[in-house]
Amino acid sequence: MGILEVKDVNKRFGGLQALGDVNLSVQENTVHAIIGPNGAGKSTLLNCLVGKLIPDTGSVMFDGQSVLGRTPFEINQMGISRVFQTPEIFGDLTVMENMIIPVLARRDGSFKLRAIEDVRDEKDLIQEAEAMLDEVNMLDKRNMHSASMSRGDKRRLEMAMCLVQKPKLLLLDEPTAGMARADTNNTIDLLKTIKARGDITMCIIEHDMHVVFSLADRITVLAQGTPLVEDTPENIKGHPKVKEAYLGEAA
Amino acid sequence: MFGLEKKDASLLILVAVLTIFAPFILNPFPDGSALAQFNAGYPDLMQRFVIFGIFAIGFNILFGLTGYLSFGHAAFLGIGSYAAVWMFKLLSMNVIPAIILAVIMSGLFALLIGYISLRRSGIYFSILTLAFAQMMFALAYSVLTPITGGETGLQLALDDPRILSMASSTDGNIPVPSLFGMEMRDSTQLTVGAWKFTFNVGYYFCSVIMLVAFYIAIRIFRSPFGLMLRAVKSNQQRLNYTGLNPRPYTLAAFVISGMYAGLAGALMASMDPLAGAERMFWTASGEVVLMTILGGAGTLIGPVLGAGAIKYMENILSKINGDILHTWFAFLPDGLEDFIVTIIYPFIGKGWHLTLGIIFMLVVIFLPGGLVEGGQRIMQKLRGKSADTDSAKTEPAE
Repeated sequence: MGILEVKDVNKRFGGLQALGDVNLSVQENTVHAIIGPNGAGKSTLLNCLVGKLIPDTGSVMFDGQSVLGRTPFEINQMGISRVFQTPEIFGDLTVMENMIIPVLARRDGSFKLRAIEDVRDEKDLIQEAEAMLDEVNMLDKRNMHSASMSRGDKRRLEMAMCLVQKPKLLLLDEPTAGMARADTNNTIDLLKTIKARGDITMCIIEHDMHVVFSLADRITVLAQGTPLVEDTPENIKGHPKVKEAYLGEAA
Repeated sequence: MFGLEKKDASLLILVAVLTIFAPFILNPFPDGSALAQFNAGYPDLMQRFVIFGIFAIGFNILFGLTGYLSFGHAAFLGIGSYAAVWMFKLLSMNVIPAIILAVIMSGLFALLIGYISLRRSGIYFSILTLAFAQMMFALAYSVLTPITGGETGLQLALDDPRILSMASSTDGNIPVPSLFGMEMRDSTQLTVGAWKFTFNVGYYFCSVIMLVAFYIAIRIFRSPFGLMLRAVKSNQQRLNYTGLNPRPYTLAAFVISGMYAGLAGALMASMDPLAGAERMFWTASGEVVLMTILGGAGTLIGPVLGAGAIKYMENILSKINGDILHTWFAFLPDGLEDFIVTIIYPFIGKGWHLTLGIIFMLVVIFLPGGLVEGGQRIMQKLRGKSADTDSAKTEPAE
């Protein structure tokens, strides 16, 4: 049994079968990549995992519990964090404030009315947030207004916000999309470091094959809403079906 | 001090000093001089400054922090007033029970209205709150006349029970609201040369309450709860995917700001013990929106400044009439005098709304951060270049 078990998931938008009988098993503490051409249903699948969409049929089990019918914040509290295709951060707040919110969310749950305490007295939380910022090399930007940062920095901040929650499963939706080569390499290095600790499962959707092949333990190829093959990166590279559906098209 | 950061503590002290010395500060012109009509240091107006200050501080906790624009907050002001007057009728003329019941009642109504309205956001939320407030107004104005007094409003009467105190004062009149014997309408006058300063019990009572309300607002702004409210305004999607439920946070903010409005309503009734439905009319809801935006939404001191500015204009500008203008410009040649008076005339007296509208437009266009931003810009100009780094922080590139 994997930490994430997707069984016979179907999702239809009007006449379009976005997902057809998707089965997916992600093993604990591995990196599982989902690749596929545009419109293959990768993002739809991801949205079904985090409660943004509800599949028409099928089941999605995380850590032995069904995620279907739960709201995104409940699913996050179960231990799933998500990095978006375009960085979603609190643009009006400083970098440090952005970091404190996820730490508070993990400690206090989805709602706790603490209106008289001072945020600055939360020394433990601040320390934890600082350590994470240090890890992504952003400690010097802690007082910056986050909306004024570069896209690469926003992405790193979003990733730090997810990681500081110590999720069991981290979902990454094209984490290097629109990034410069240097930023992409930084992201790969960061994800490799996190992976090396061996206490987190990652599920990554990516177009950049360099990223996929340097990180993934398993790869699922999705085409027209259905998984074509699932295998190790080595085997995927030479797989004729994959070449036909995806790599061939790209080349 | 009081667990506040130095900057916040000095702001609180500044506000405290200004309110304590307001009877002097607002009366800069000698009594009987031509400029005396610009004096705002009389009890009635000073009370209104602080009461509407409280109303705006509370409104800002909702609008300034979460960005949810309620267009029906006057409903809670009205509920607070009715609750307070009922306490004066039934229990005693002491203002403390009146204020407590008003805050509880407005909190309960805010819970109900907020629970329903917060199912939507943006313009739909605003319309829902507006609809609720107008329904409350209609109820108070006609259907609930036995409770609210309908068109004439809820007034005290000699035959009210007032079980904890006398129904009538010793001289046979309706007693006045008081705090353990100190009557709210009591004033002491101090005459210094040509100047006359009035110190009113009701004003200082309201001021103490406003300072407490302001202090609580600062604590909320700096708390984890306040941070969550700002996060709601910034990015609800991220908040959801960070494991936080925005709904109870916004509802708590709505209830707190409704309780502030109820408190303000109770103080209004304590200064003048009657409550009318017009207090809940939608223009009253709009007024607090104007106050908050004019002063600076999301800032601590802004709403208080905005409330002061609007109440000053309402009471001072509206008192200037054509005759006064003619005496001011009497030194000019006749034709020119008439010309200038004709131009200025629409902006004074009943036309003060026109002046308010123009000032509001100018502030929104040139100072989106309100009067507070204006003050910050002036300070930066005075300090010179050292402020450049600050402006980079407050005005992000996007």
